Amino acid sequence: MTGEVALAVLLLGPLLAALGCLLAGRQGSTVALLALIAGAAAVVVLWDGMLRTGPIEVRLGGWGAPLGIVLRADGLAVGFLAAAVVVMGAVWAVARHDFATPRARDVFWPSSMLLWGALNAIMVSRDLFNLYVGLELLTLTAVAMVALGRGPGAIEAALRYVLYALMGSLVYLLGVVLVYHGHGTLDLDRIAAGRSGADALALGLMTAGLAIKTALFPFHAWLPPAHAGAPSPASALLSALVPKAGFVMLVRLWFEAMPDATPPAALAVMAALGAGAILHGGLMALRQERLKQILAYSTVAQLGYLFVMFPLVGGAGAGTAGAAEAWAGTQIGAFSHALAKAAVFLCAALWIRAIGSDRLADLAGLARAMPLSCFAFGMAAVSLMGLPPSGGFIAKYLVMRASFELGLPGWGLVLAAGGLLAAAYFYRPLAALFAREPPRVQRTPRLLEAVPLALALAAAALGVLSQPAYDLLQAGAPAYARGIGP
Amino acid sequence: MNALPVVILLTSLLPAAVTFFLPQEQHAWRNGLNLGGAVIKLGLVVVLMGAVAEGIEPEARLPLAPGLDLVLRADDLSLLFVSLSAFLWLLTTVYAISYFGEKPELSRFFGFFSLCVAATTGLALSGTLITFFVFFELLTLSTWPLVAHKQDDQSLAAARSYVLYALPGSVAVLVAIIWLEGLVGTVAFAAPPDLSGVDRWSLTLIFVLFVGGLGVKAAIVPLHGWLPGAMAAPAPVSSLLHAVAVVKAGAFGIVRVVYDIFGVARVQELGLGTPLAVVASVTILWGSVRALQQMELKKRLAYSTVSQVSYIVLGTALAGPFGTIGGLVHLVHQGIMKITLFFCAGLYDERAGARRIEQLDGLGQRMPWTSAAFSVGAMGMIGLPPIAGFVSKVYLGVGAVQSGELWVLAVLGASTLLNAAYFLPLLWRIWFLPPQTEGIGATPIPFAAVDERVPGLVVPAMLTALTSVAAGLFAASAFSPLGWATLIAGGAYSP
Repeated sequence: MTGEVALAVLLLGPLLAALGCLLAGRQGSTVALLALIAGAAAVVVLWDGMLRTGPIEVRLGGWGAPLGIVLRADGLAVGFLAAAVVVMGAVWAVARHDFATPRARDVFWPSSMLLWGALNAIMVSRDLFNLYVGLELLTLTAVAMVALGRGPGAIEAALRYVLYALMGSLVYLLGVVLVYHGHGTLDLDRIAAGRSGADALALGLMTAGLAIKTALFPFHAWLPPAHAGAPSPASALLSALVPKAGFVMLVRLWFEAMPDATPPAALAVMAALGAGAILHGGLMALRQERLKQILAYSTVAQLGYLFVMFPLVGGAGAGTAGAAEAWAGTQIGAFSHALAKAAVFLCAALWIRAIGSDRLADLAGLARAMPLSCFAFGMAAVSLMGLPPSGGFIAKYLVMRASFELGLPGWGLVLAAGGLLAAAYFYRPLAALFAREPPRVQRTPRLLEAVPLALALAAAALGVLSQPAYDLLQAGAPAYARGIGP
Repeated sequence: MNALPVVILLTSLLPAAVTFFLPQEQHAWRNGLNLGGAVIKLGLVVVLMGAVAEGIEPEARLPLAPGLDLVLRADDLSLLFVSLSAFLWLLTTVYAISYFGEKPELSRFFGFFSLCVAATTGLALSGTLITFFVFFELLTLSTWPLVAHKQDDQSLAAARSYVLYALPGSVAVLVAIIWLEGLVGTVAFAAPPDLSGVDRWSLTLIFVLFVGGLGVKAAIVPLHGWLPGAMAAPAPVSSLLHAVAVVKAGAFGIVRVVYDIFGVARVQELGLGTPLAVVASVTILWGSVRALQQMELKKRLAYSTVSQVSYIVLGTALAGPFGTIGGLVHLVHQGIMKITLFFCAGLYDERAGARRIEQLDGLGQRMPWTSAAFSVGAMGMIGLPPIAGFVSKVYLGVGAVQSGELWVLAVLGASTLLNAAYFLPLLWRIWFLPPQTEGIGATPIPFAAVDERVPGLVVPAMLTALTSVAAGLFAASAFSPLGWATLIAGGAYSP
């Protein structure tokens, strides 16, 4: 398989699979599995090829940038493609048992495939309009999944999601129009080559739009009800993967397309919003009584971690070892968040199946009945708290060290505080699981419990095998995030 | 040879990983795995000790990211700790197997127990600061389920308070590490960093963050609040916690920070030695005073730990060869003596139902071996010759004179009097008072039915008691704890 074929498998495979799922009906999950296996193979090919020859670029139909469509798999893209296929696989294994009714099944499998395809497209697209199309597809499938929720709030949450997303799209498109007006192109590399007076405004608009879609504080209000209300396997996809798409787009805009349009103060504003997310999300998570709501607010907080990177990679530190550390640390953090957050949501899925509730009070004593999934939850929580040994720790360590090296220790201290908050809000479910009274439990196959455990182990392994991830992220990283560590 | 530290770590880590997945009924497998791991580890540690004595310092390295390597490395200081942990792990495992019998949730217990030991092993063998931190946190995490093991309200509250203290402490340590590494690059213990370019205030603050963070685990007053509550844990856990695992990890960390990062000379130059000695002294006295007020045996022992662990910090803070030796040797001596006392406390509780000190009356008649071991441990803590504690106190005293800190002598004297005041009445009750006729507590055990003869519980207690006598009697041997401590101190003060 060459790089071109691999990219085609990752982009067209999910679309074809979505169609196949619709046609196959009861056998939808089998079709999805086949697409996932092919996708996993394609990711391996891309990863391997990229380490050998650098980022893989494909011009569709042989047409170059202004006319044709250019796709590029760099380290950042391949990392997210890999995280996505792993999370999709795990969600597949649990969801196969979860959607018993034909309606849920018929909606879930096609939309999960579309969601995956849209995500893949966003990771490798190099053009503002294609990115927009991918993002819209992603949003629509995500909304469909939220609407699948059984609770009375599900439709309301989905509606609220749609409203926010539409607003985000509009603002983003406005920015795109300005870019096109100024540059006459939507290709990221060509935008970077030129300069236009409206760049700052365009970037601001696109950023605002994407911040809404990424649920960056203070635009996050739609996220907790949506992620908590969706069926749990869908929540795993929504929380682990979907917000990362907007984040990757922001990174591409700020550091690849318009690195000069951003004054240091703007970078600091992004990090400040991130800090706000960390603190607000953490404090809100502390006050929830339902597990899935805790996890959803935790996502708000964890997304904030990613934005602390902005003043460390850009601005004064650009090009130094510190910038490279912040870059790699943030992306490793995003990967391990994807794995660990999917793990905890899948645990929630299994527990809701077993006891019919996700209230903390009802979870009491579950560790005795379902030790494997509780262990998985604990391990994933450790990664989300940023404690060693885990990918979350490596991420926090690298970003914190970058902040101290660059003379901006405040951002590092915010991360430390975020870790403490995470420990606090995860302590409550963990203590509940560990309480004495075992609840009445419907039997869950051990093998199903092994799925979140595998994800949690992967998040922990990322903390020990982070060197390959670091090397991957250096491939095709923007110049100022490429450094040789100390 | 370079792989040896890794293999030693794996002797605890692998049993932990496998034990988690063993079904509860598989007693033979579980016990075999844990005992086997402990025996192999002890053997390997002896081999390692031989190698390090010849001047070889094996090292294994796993790169995580540029400038971030996990390094396992054995030097003489790590051996002091790792040998203590290996020896006591074996005995505690024997003890725990007898103690728990066929109670529920044993796979979980032994899994976390081995993980906890793996964490102390990793701590001892850490070659860089960040490696140390990784295992420091692993220790925090693996201890929580052990403290909460009984899953009653008291245990859960204790576990909660443990985390409430431990995690902010960890954050302080992490910030200190990152701050320091931001200034001078990666810090490895084998090659202390060059701090000459760093300004005074940063260094002082970093030092305070280190001692504050590590001091939570070492139970330095006023950061000690979690420790007395943690005695709600089962006896084998308390034994390990008070002897090697958590409190020692904190003390060991402080020793590393003072000797292998800052260096004694710089700590003195920054004027931090005396304040540290004062903090340690306050802890020693406060812990003893509080111990005196406790009527529950395990609580009294717990406050005694608060006091005794700070002897190590005090020795380190004195910044002279003899003080160093006294502090380091106490790291081992306190471990052996305190584990004896906790083994015995577990025996009194388990075999006689005695938890409060008045319930100990006359138990010497029914439990002579236990009581003999307990008496050795208690007298050692007071510092009576020829038990190990005597050696520690003599070296600390000489160290105080050597460093010109004569007030420390008064602290040592007062502490010894307090030690005597809270331990001797216990011995008096055990050996000389008539037994209470009616049992106290929920399910009283009739005095005549008290029977200590469970080899798995008594033999470990006897062995550690004998070891603490031997460590005192044969202190002059090169392979005694004192011999090693002298070797280390030689390294720290030779230019």
